[in-house]
Amino acid sequence: MVLAEISALEVLANTLKVLVAFGAIMALIPQLIWIERKVAAWIQHRAGPNKVGLPRWKILGPLAGFHLWGLLQPLADVVKLLFKEDFVPRRADKILFFLAPALVFVPIALAFAVIPFGWGSWFGQGEGAFFVKYQIFDISAGVLFAFAVSSVAVHGLTLAGWSSYNKYSQMGAVRASAQLISYEAAMFMAVLAVVMQAGTLRLDEIVLAQTQHGWGILTQPVAFVVFLVCAFAETNRAPFDFPEAEPELIAGYHLEYGSMKFGLFFLGEYFGMVVQCSLLTTLFLGGWTLPGIPAKPDNFWMSLTGPIIFSAKVFLLLLLFIQVRWTLPRFRFDQLMSLGWKRLIPIALANLVFTALLGVALSR
Amino acid sequence: MAAATFQELLSNTMFQYFLVFVFTAFGVVFVILNVDVLGKLLFRPVMPDPLKLTTYECGEPTIGSSWVQFDIRFYTVALIFIVFDVEVVFLFPWAAVFAKLGAPAFTKVMIFVGVLAVGFINAWKKGDLDWVTSIAAHDLAAQKDARLARARQRALETEERRAA
Repeated sequence: MVLAEISALEVLANTLKVLVAFGAIMALIPQLIWIERKVAAWIQHRAGPNKVGLPRWKILGPLAGFHLWGLLQPLADVVKLLFKEDFVPRRADKILFFLAPALVFVPIALAFAVIPFGWGSWFGQGEGAFFVKYQIFDISAGVLFAFAVSSVAVHGLTLAGWSSYNKYSQMGAVRASAQLISYEAAMFMAVLAVVMQAGTLRLDEIVLAQTQHGWGILTQPVAFVVFLVCAFAETNRAPFDFPEAEPELIAGYHLEYGSMKFGLFFLGEYFGMVVQCSLLTTLFLGGWTLPGIPAKPDNFWMSLTGPIIFSAKVFLLLLLFIQVRWTLPRFRFDQLMSLGWKRLIPIALANLVFTALLGVALSR
Repeated sequence: MAAATFQELLSNTMFQYFLVFVFTAFGVVFVILNVDVLGKLLFRPVMPDPLKLTTYECGEPTIGSSWVQFDIRFYTVALIFIVFDVEVVFLFPWAAVFAKLGAPAFTKVMIFVGVLAVGFINAWKKGDLDWVTSIAAHDLAAQKDARLARARQRALETEERRAA
């Protein structure tokens, strides 16, 4: 089958799917920031953002000036970032300084492309009918793609710190790269055990395997814990927020960044959170499936349950991320390194060997 | 007919790469729109000022180059990481077909993992995984001293017993 045989309608439907998936996340990230600030406020016994709401226009009637629980605060922040002057420090490397935020944001966003957020649905009738998978990039090495692409973001952080020509940025960048690569190794090995159990690198098949053999969190509890800890570290969030440790490094690698360039780092961090939570959901929490609801629905309306269940699971994990951030204090750097190298990697390796042993024993 | 199309669609990697290209294009366009075109053309002020462009290090005038030397331990971490990264690259295809290959594949990969584990243990024992090497070295020296003291004590005790 060649590319020409795919109808224009099919291309359009798939492009629309890409747009909807990307747009949904970009639209949800401001709300996520609002939730984060609200949860932080509740944990610290404050009110949190509660002023920015609807404007006092007469058209809105009784709703004019309604505070809307501060829900429009992130929107106001985005507008502020857009209107800020965008200047480059005199001694910075101009090209790399521009490239770095994009190199952080785009790879992280790209990692989301392989995540299946539903099974899919048939569109059209008869000859022209086509199947749209609820997964942007259906590749046979999906797991590998997700991790390979998301680890490119390390280069973005390192370049950001290096090109800023600032000692604090430099230190933040070096720390960030050391932290990200340390936890990547453990994360990969945790995922290997899951891949071995499912016998495939396709993320949708991993989800379907979980519907038969039980969710990954039950069959691979050790891998789940290791992956969860690594996910916190990979997104640079507390208790692993060394790269931007405010009291020591001011803000780390994005110290010299302002305006929407800073906004991209910020978006990248939250997008990274969404991606890590999606990977956790897909690998360990049964993805878009729930027991009792068909994993491969046969009509369009039933196929919508997939994305809904998937987002609900991701949302619960995001709440966990937020709560952990505002509950635990930051580690010391040597604690970070010894946790990564002396605890998580040996545990993940042992889990891998154990899974393989069990696989050999059970196959006989 | 319909099922056949589905199978063919799955095998059509070109189409999938087209989709990922579309996705990347969305990302890149989003970045460029936000950072450069939209902002600069429409609503971002440009008010140059020499002080604004200086490096910010808590308000103090900066001293020397910003590309300072950093600790060599960061390089050690990166080196050990490369070993594990390469290991994972080899293990991913193995893990995917493990169920079909069974016991022979298991033993061979375990030899591979074992060799890596020896290297890892070596790095661990040499103290390359300890971040605060000075304290770790101090601890090691203290342990050695304690061991020597215990041995000396034991030697003394046996001598006393012999004398008695």
